[in-house]
Amino acid sequence: MLNSKKQIHYQIGINLIMIMLTLIIVLPFILVFISSVTDENVLIRNGYSFFPEKVSLYAYQYIIRQGEKILRAYMITIIVTVIGTSVNIALSALIAYPLSVRTLPHRRAITFFVFFTMLFNGGLVPTYLMYTSFFHIKNTIWALIVPNFLLSANNVLMIRSYFMTSIPEALFEAAKIDGAGHLKIFCKIVLPLGKPILITMGLFSGLTYWNDWTNGLYYLSGNDGQKLYGIQNLLNQMITDIQYLASGKVTGNIGAEVAKLPTTSVRMAIAFIAMLPLFIIYPFLQKYFSEGITLGAVKG
Amino acid sequence: MKKTWIKKYKSYMVLYLMMIPGLLYFLINNYVPMAGIIIAFKKLNFAKGILKSPWVGFENFKFLFSSQDAWTITRNTVLYNVGFIIVNMVVGIAIAIMICEVRSVKMKKIYQSVILLPFLMSMVILSYIVYALLSSENGLINNTILSGLHIDPIQWYQEPKYWPFILIFANCWKGVGYGCLIYIASLIGIDPSYYEAARLDGATKWQEISKITLPCLVPTIITLLLLSIGRIFYSDFGLFYQVPQNSGVLFPTTNVIDTYVYRALIEQGNISMSSAAGVYQSLVGFVIVIISNLIVRRYDKDQALF
Repeated sequence: MLNSKKQIHYQIGINLIMIMLTLIIVLPFILVFISSVTDENVLIRNGYSFFPEKVSLYAYQYIIRQGEKILRAYMITIIVTVIGTSVNIALSALIAYPLSVRTLPHRRAITFFVFFTMLFNGGLVPTYLMYTSFFHIKNTIWALIVPNFLLSANNVLMIRSYFMTSIPEALFEAAKIDGAGHLKIFCKIVLPLGKPILITMGLFSGLTYWNDWTNGLYYLSGNDGQKLYGIQNLLNQMITDIQYLASGKVTGNIGAEVAKLPTTSVRMAIAFIAMLPLFIIYPFLQKYFSEGITLGAVKG
Repeated sequence: MKKTWIKKYKSYMVLYLMMIPGLLYFLINNYVPMAGIIIAFKKLNFAKGILKSPWVGFENFKFLFSSQDAWTITRNTVLYNVGFIIVNMVVGIAIAIMICEVRSVKMKKIYQSVILLPFLMSMVILSYIVYALLSSENGLINNTILSGLHIDPIQWYQEPKYWPFILIFANCWKGVGYGCLIYIASLIGIDPSYYEAARLDGATKWQEISKITLPCLVPTIITLLLLSIGRIFYSDFGLFYQVPQNSGVLFPTTNVIDTYVYRALIEQGNISMSSAAGVYQSLVGFVIVIISNLIVRRYDKDQALF
């Protein structure tokens, strides 16, 4: 610490750069929030702004009073996330444990069967045709839960390697000597001790379901489909409608079409409440997110 | 002999039973569609069904590659990925090094948490943010920044030339935290005695970074690089479909294989073209993953996928 003054300047410089970067990351979120509480006329006249002339809570009142569609979408997202994540974690753990048992016959072949799905896929067309013309999941809630996200090889293999490396071998031996079967070992040892990895992978699965809008885009359409829109699909549809009107392809009474759309501030309010749960849980679960990422670094 | 065989399997029976639901899901969700790539070699007739539809050989592929689109989507997919890889790596490493240089533990924590925040958001949210900034009538950039500088407003959603920059920036904003955390994890692993020795020898900060930090990061960099090269034929559908608002004018610089497959299938109902493009992506993507993994294996066996 000979030149401590230089050190202090260095620290100030680094922190200033990092604060600027932090602002670049945070400001867009703040813009979304401020736009949601900006008076609609001001928004139209001055555009999106960090310093609105007039603040209004109209958007949130609108959502609470007549936002049946919005609240339903929110409920659907919650239901899909809860079911999807629970099934994902249950199925992952159920495959991961047997694959972690070193003596299991055909273990390598089954592991490869799981792993190969990470290397090669049939693509959208066959998947789409199978789910729509064979399983007929179009415009059902299953369309949001089942395709693609219910189980991923990556989750399975990460959980498996955690079971293999982080649970002491001696525990299994002791349990076996006490005459415990695989089922008992799974319930009494593997699940409780594997909790950290199950929470981590569950978080990522939950995030995928919460943020997904592609399944809704592929498999929901028409009035029946729109009833099942989750929050992301609802947001997606709103902005598509606006682009469509702006493109000038609409003939007839544009005024009436525009009147049906939620105003800009309402849209931003919906975007904000779609992000809100993530903002709320993030500080508590940040540790798991970071761990999941650094774990997955190798086999991302 | 036979009895011991049965006994052996009996003790494992419960394990096999446990795996059945999950393996069944992989079979249906992943393996059946793999078999479905035969659709690309057929002229699909729904009345006859997939299996009975007539074979047309490489006809669908000939159509695909005789169109201008094949070249555009391949070029866009690969070039965007190259841009993403380079920009995210340089920015990610720079931020990771800076965060590790910060002395205050509290500030360090804050920076690390904030940097990951955009990673948690959906592409729809990203598209809303980009729209709030770039919308031609009331976007922040046209209304506040450009008008403040007395520059004419730009019709962002009508001008393909800006989109490579917009998408690379948006992707970096959203994804840089991910790589950053990985780099931080491997920076923490560097033996501090290297730095102490360097300081005793009077090394400058820049020398410390270029002579110790970066060389120590090389294994992580190479692994991440090769893993992302393995994905170079794939792109994030949402980023290219949702963020440019599916604007047709922008297709020359925003259409990638994934968006092409989707539009051909859902918007145009052109199954032969979209399945041909899908198979093209799956096969080339597969070859690239295998090659890049062989290279990783050579370099560092522990980091290889297989």
